[in-house]
Amino acid sequence: MNDQAINKIVSTAVPLNQENVDTDQIIPARFLKATSRDGFGENLFRDWRYNADGSAKKDFVLNDATYKGKILVAAKNFGCGSSREHAAWAIKDAGFDVVVSSFFADIFKNNALNNFLLPVTVSEDFLQGLFKAIQMDPSTRIDVNLAEQTISAAGQREHFDINNYKKTCLLNGYDDIDYLLSIRGEIEKFEQQQA
Amino acid sequence: MAKTLFEKIWNDHIIRTIDGGPSVLYIDKHFIHEVTSPQAFKGLEKRGLPVFRPRQIVATADHNVPTVDQHLPIKDELSRIQVQQLIENCQRHDIELFGLGHPYQGIVHVIGPELGITQPGMTIVCGDSHTSTHGAFGAIAFGIGTSEVEMVMATQCLLQSKPRLMRINVEGRLNKGVVSKDIILYIISAISASGATGYFVEYAGSAIRGLSMEARMTICNMSIEMGARGGMIAPDQTTFDYLKGRQFAPTGAAWDAAVSKWSTLYSDEGARFDKEILIDAAAIEPMITYGTNPGMGVGISGHIPAESEIGEKEKPSYIKSLAYMGLQAGSAIKGKKVDYVFIGSCTNSRIEDLRMVASFVKGRKKADHVEVWIVPGSKQVEKQAIEEGIDKVFEAAGFRLRQPGCSACLGMNEDKIPAGKYCISTSNRNFEGRQGPNARTLLASPLTAAAAAITGEITDVREYL
Ligand code: SF4
Repeated sequence: MNDQAINKIVSTAVPLNQENVDTDQIIPARFLKATSRDGFGENLFRDWRYNADGSAKKDFVLNDATYKGKILVAAKNFGCGSSREHAAWAIKDAGFDVVVSSFFADIFKNNALNNFLLPVTVSEDFLQGLFKAIQMDPSTRIDVNLAEQTISAAGQREHFDINNYKKTCLLNGYDDIDYLLSIRGEIEKFEQQQA
Repeated sequence: MAKTLFEKIWNDHIIRTIDGGPSVLYIDKHFIHEVTSPQAFKGLEKRGLPVFRPRQIVATADHNVPTVDQHLPIKDELSRIQVQQLIENCQRHDIELFGLGHPYQGIVHVIGPELGITQPGMTIVCGDSHTSTHGAFGAIAFGIGTSEVEMVMATQCLLQSKPRLMRINVEGRLNKGVVSKDIILYIISAISASGATGYFVEYAGSAIRGLSMEARMTICNMSIEMGARGGMIAPDQTTFDYLKGRQFAPTGAAWDAAVSKWSTLYSDEGARFDKEILIDAAAIEPMITYGTNPGMGVGISGHIPAESEIGEKEKPSYIKSLAYMGLQAGSAIKGKKVDYVFIGSCTNSRIEDLRMVASFVKGRKKADHVEVWIVPGSKQVEKQAIEEGIDKVFEAAGFRLRQPGCSACLGMNEDKIPAGKYCISTSNRNFEGRQGPNARTLLASPLTAAAAAITGEITDVREYL
């Protein structure tokens, strides 16, 4: 996946101001029958986005043409529940490169990182400021800089954490398998010692 | 230095730690199933890699399988393809598969323990968040995403940062009618659906020690519902007795060696946890959830919180959640009519759960308006239930034992709860749409679910014991 390196993302954002968004909402189980990684974006937030007859629910933010962009701004405890990586695939497939929240569920965070979808954890204050700014002006631009680990918008700026190893991976487009394969000799030695 | 149970196993499996980054964790056992593995096999093949240690992988088909007429071809085309791909992938890569029709088939977190594949001191992963179930044996077990499934297939390792550690001590005696599902629902309601995010939890205390293995699995299973990476319980005589003689458990001298090693797996006196919580077992009532995350639970005699009891910030999602459930803030939960009862899932589909239900419904009849689905966790559970005559008890009560699988826990197969209907479920998630679009799920113990099957409404089972 070496074509997926990310660094600077500058974009408007789609605000999803709803806490505890679980992965069953992001992509319901009945859409997990595919055996490839593609095409999940269509069913992202399926039951919030569409009525049972397939028509769009007008009041859902993804159906609101006012908001667009590569950044999804979500409320606290985003991505809880199932380990389905399909959730990260669906968000990425729908055109997002970054998800911002004040709190991510662990497995979702790992899944996102493994798919070059950057989870940015900000303070609750910063997040609330972001929601306000986007609401007041949907053309608000958010600037995410991975190398500097900063996110800025509407005159506020915050530093975000990411471990160094993962940062290097994202900046260079490496993934964990590349790394683990490079130490295969060491893994085999470990196995022999255990036996 | 004093070490926790987690640290003892973790340290034993770390190959190296990257400066300022994660550690390389060696994985002993890897369970796979049809839904989260196909993309991993594809990824592996795209890279031109073989499966590194196929002997350490065990596969089953569970998430997407029908629970009636399993001997017939799967009707739903996409499900059939997914199950077929698993068969082909396992053949191609020489992986042991307990697929449909196999006497060991069942929900992945039920079969691992019952076959004795899950053992103390192991590191265990699976592309499913309820892998935490296996922690009941004193293993480090956690759910992973599909990219990680691919990593483990390729290298038998994962890059992991050491989580923070929490110990939850449940002390004292449980009241009549209160079972392990109530303990875990109580804990989650106390600390919230995100209260343990970033932590690995060890459950300890006299009330936990007194539980059977099945009951311990129910507790560890739901660790993820409070955000924890996993949950675990130190192995003891109960653990060893459960494992002894199981198909894949060690035998002879290897068994003795294993038990002496396993006996060293406990948190040392004075070991440090980042957080400790004390729960009074006697304070726990039979529990039920009323909302759309597992933290939204109350004691059966309690009421749904009034809006005034909810913080300003949480209010919008609280109102939305109750609107979805069609329930009234401030009202009592008991006496509410239910339409469906689902007894199954990796939380509560083991033989002990079915026995518990059977002993309650014996000599009673289900309420006319209620539809009851009982789905055993595995072929072996099904077989044992039939041998013990449990299926006959169910039939006499007006319902039927189905065939094993995840079923209405996630509604991927045809077992879906219709829109707007109320289902008392022994599963682990009450998320919007989890059991079917617009289905309304109330999580409870097998005992509370059995009582609702008989009365047709939310019932305090203690009144019938
Ligand atoms: S029973 Fe439910 S929770 Fe358990 S593995 Fe199956 S889908 Fe997941």
